[in-house]
Amino acid sequence: MHTLAVEIPYWGQSLLRVLGVFAAVLLPAGTIVYLYLFKAVSFMQSRLGPMEAGPYGSVQLVAEVGKFLQKEDIIPANADRRIFTLAPYVVVMSTFLVYLVVPFGPDAIFADYDTGIFFAMAVSSLSTLGILMAGWASANKYSLIGALRAAGQMIAYELPLVLAVTGVVIQAGTLNLQGIVAAQHEGDMFGVGVIGNPFVLTQIVGFLIFLVAAQAELAQTPFDMPIAESELVTGYLTEYSGMRFLLFFIAEFASAGALAALAATLFLGGWSIPGVDLDNNLMNVVGPLVLFAKAMIIAFLFFWARFTLPRFREDQLQQLAWKGLIPIALLNIMVTAVLKVAF
Amino acid sequence: MSAVSERDQLRYIAAQAADARVNLELETEGMTLSIGPQHPATHGTLRIVARLDGEQVIAAEPIMGYMHRGYEKLVEARTYPQINTLINRIDWLSSFANEVPFILAAEKLMEIEAPPRAQWIRTIFHELSRIANITLFLGDMGVQVGALTAVFYAFRDREFVLNLIESATGGRFHPNFDRIGGLKEDLPKGWIDETRAVMKRIRSFCDEMDDLLVGNEIFQARTRGIGVIPKEVGLSYGLSGANLRASGVDWDLRRDDKDIAMAWKHADFKVWTHPDGDSFARYWVRLQEVRESTRIIEQLLDGLPSGPIMAKVPRIIKVPEGEAYVQTENPLGVMGYYVVSKGDLGPFRVKIRSASFNNISITPWLLRGVYVPDAIAILGSLYFILGDIDR
Amino acid sequence: MSPLSSAGDAAAPEVEEAPRDEAREEMLEHLQRELGDAIVGTHLRPHDQLTVRVRNDAWVAAGELARDHLGCHFFDFLSAIDWKPSPWGRGEDDPTEPPPERPTEIVQGYAGGETRFQVFARVLNTRTNLGLVLKADVPDDRLEIASWVPVYAGADWHERETWEMYGITFVGHPNLVHIYLPGDFEGHPLRKDFPLLARMVKPWPGIADVEPMPGSDAGSDDGETAS
Repeated sequence: MHTLAVEIPYWGQSLLRVLGVFAAVLLPAGTIVYLYLFKAVSFMQSRLGPMEAGPYGSVQLVAEVGKFLQKEDIIPANADRRIFTLAPYVVVMSTFLVYLVVPFGPDAIFADYDTGIFFAMAVSSLSTLGILMAGWASANKYSLIGALRAAGQMIAYELPLVLAVTGVVIQAGTLNLQGIVAAQHEGDMFGVGVIGNPFVLTQIVGFLIFLVAAQAELAQTPFDMPIAESELVTGYLTEYSGMRFLLFFIAEFASAGALAALAATLFLGGWSIPGVDLDNNLMNVVGPLVLFAKAMIIAFLFFWARFTLPRFREDQLQQLAWKGLIPIALLNIMVTAVLKVAF
Repeated sequence: MSAVSERDQLRYIAAQAADARVNLELETEGMTLSIGPQHPATHGTLRIVARLDGEQVIAAEPIMGYMHRGYEKLVEARTYPQINTLINRIDWLSSFANEVPFILAAEKLMEIEAPPRAQWIRTIFHELSRIANITLFLGDMGVQVGALTAVFYAFRDREFVLNLIESATGGRFHPNFDRIGGLKEDLPKGWIDETRAVMKRIRSFCDEMDDLLVGNEIFQARTRGIGVIPKEVGLSYGLSGANLRASGVDWDLRRDDKDIAMAWKHADFKVWTHPDGDSFARYWVRLQEVRESTRIIEQLLDGLPSGPIMAKVPRIIKVPEGEAYVQTENPLGVMGYYVVSKGDLGPFRVKIRSASFNNISITPWLLRGVYVPDAIAILGSLYFILGDIDR
Repeated sequence: MSPLSSAGDAAAPEVEEAPRDEAREEMLEHLQRELGDAIVGTHLRPHDQLTVRVRNDAWVAAGELARDHLGCHFFDFLSAIDWKPSPWGRGEDDPTEPPPERPTEIVQGYAGGETRFQVFARVLNTRTNLGLVLKADVPDDRLEIASWVPVYAGADWHERETWEMYGITFVGHPNLVHIYLPGDFEGHPLRKDFPLLARMVKPWPGIADVEPMPGSDAGSDDGETAS
């Protein structure tokens, strides 16, 4: 971190990075939970939401965390203890890993890989492993069925997600996330370069596919069959309570934040403000806020759809992925490639 | 969206024996799933024991009786005015409508008729209870398929109707307003204008549901072609109300029963039917019925006659000997009371024909071979109230 | 006011003074033509109700006739009536007094009857909105009657409930088990000699007036005084 004037020893830098990751993960998760899960959905459903804890219910999150922490630790008798306890950590870990490569500013990035987006896609699918572990180890038929459904759904929707991103990569010419941000900030659309080249405009099809596929990855309505299917229990989450459930809960909303941040980076220009060029030090402070705002907008779209639409049946969901989204995404790639070569 | 060929396809599927949908050769050890007696967005404590083969339901059997209160035994120990209080707890969402057929049966045996004003107000309240009941269904169907927001709007807009009922009768859910010979008391001042405003609001709620659910492609994908009930099967099971009209049977007691002492003949309304017989049709028919109810109420309010609201009845009500059966088109279906009287203060036997009992008797036939999420959607679209099934 | 028909040895049909109801009369004539002396009693109240009592062994035939010939495809309900007067009345007997005299004679209702239990059902023609109430006696020594399940599928649950509440066996019913009550329930609740336990424990005290305000009765001097 040589942008700061002070020289921090390596262990200090590592500590700051760890704390930074926690902040980077938990802040979006917490904001999403409070803003959207508590308040926005309540207003959409013509009610107020939590109002008691703190002014306008702002401290509700702290209260929830406290509630979960003091719950009894229950493990079913037939459960496979090691896998049962490991599963939440696998899911949370995959979410944290995605935040590693998201650029928050020109230099504010935890790990600037050349294959940034490829890494992000790869580790985000690790959560499927955690879900399968949870479902299997619970020794509960409902959990197993729910987990298998979730796994099937997530595998089916990984493909449109990756294909949508491929269009962006072709246009940007690099897998590096900072490079993608730069391509949007400094590029131009058919010669017009006033606001750069935000891929949301030139890759609109890819953007929409990404949103739909991300909604399915998050297992949110209209794709929440894994959670709602048994109608009584919450699928693979059935046997989890207390702290472990809190971890799944955090993972759910942190991954919503992660996918929203990725979408903001890939399509909306990440930390950069279109048409504005500030010096790097300033952007390192302003950038995270800009990215945060853009991610919140996209997260709003996720949650708006979640609380409005009915849910698909499992086979309809798979049909949408295999027969609908993947062909469109492939077409998008072809058109992008042709246009990239032509212009 | 339903072309003619699709309609024929639906009829073909439903007309086949349900066994054809289930592959009996590969009979693997299925899983028994007990849906209920508590399930989310519940209409009551109904338990459905479903034997599953993977996703498909091989056999489904409803188990009732969790709310059986023994009405037919209880009414044998009560006088007629006491029974009035009891029976509006059968279908608790549309309580006023439960009292009406019983009161009419008693009045028929006593050979008295309520004065016109009382008949018109009875009809208005019957339609209000229909709106109170079905608006809940319109929102609740959304919950069954996963759209959580619609039901909040339903509860919010129902409140206005419940407030209306409360301001006139004193009770939101159990008005206990009907009396043998008329009504308990007249309407309060300003009630008529208030009702007109509320009817406009309910119509805008119906338009909202039209946009939110009926027009939604996912909702249509979840309900079209699901749970098709052919006309003949519906009739032989005694399905009634919107369930039967959604299968194409043009039968509505409000229009077809000319002898009943209510004011429906003075209102001009359309009976909505749908040829498909699937869950979407049932939802759609009920949505139109709510709109139609608001128009009926407005017409009745326009022509409300003045006069007394209670006929001359003796202080102690003794119903002469005889048997009478009166049915009305209640929100859930056709509800009827077969009253056997021996000239006493209370009835000798009352057979309560409740709509949901017949509506749910079709589930073992209907749910074979469907997927579990579809089973939930079908049950939601049949729309039952536990008190109505269990009496 | 002419008698409706002179079918065999049936009890004379009762027609009440009112305008004639051709539609229901036609239904009755058709039934009498087809069933002949299986009809043992009729009652027609014009523009209201047609009740036909058939012999026990003609129960299914009557149902099929109604469904196929009269167009009554809609199954309304099926249940039973126990005509014996209840030995406890309405459960209002003062426990300190000796039990009052009550009539014990069994008197049936419309279309007559000869037994204590009667099964009755109603079916309807939805095109004309004309209903038909069919009744049948159930012999006292053998409480049995044929099942209507082959005729109307909806009779399944109704017959289960009737068996559960009255103890009448429906011969040929696929699954005659409890529907409302727990599987091991003993007795048949809707029979008149099955008491309503709530009233046995505490008889109804009669018309009860409004409960007095707290504190207005002689007794409690703490708490608020009645306003």
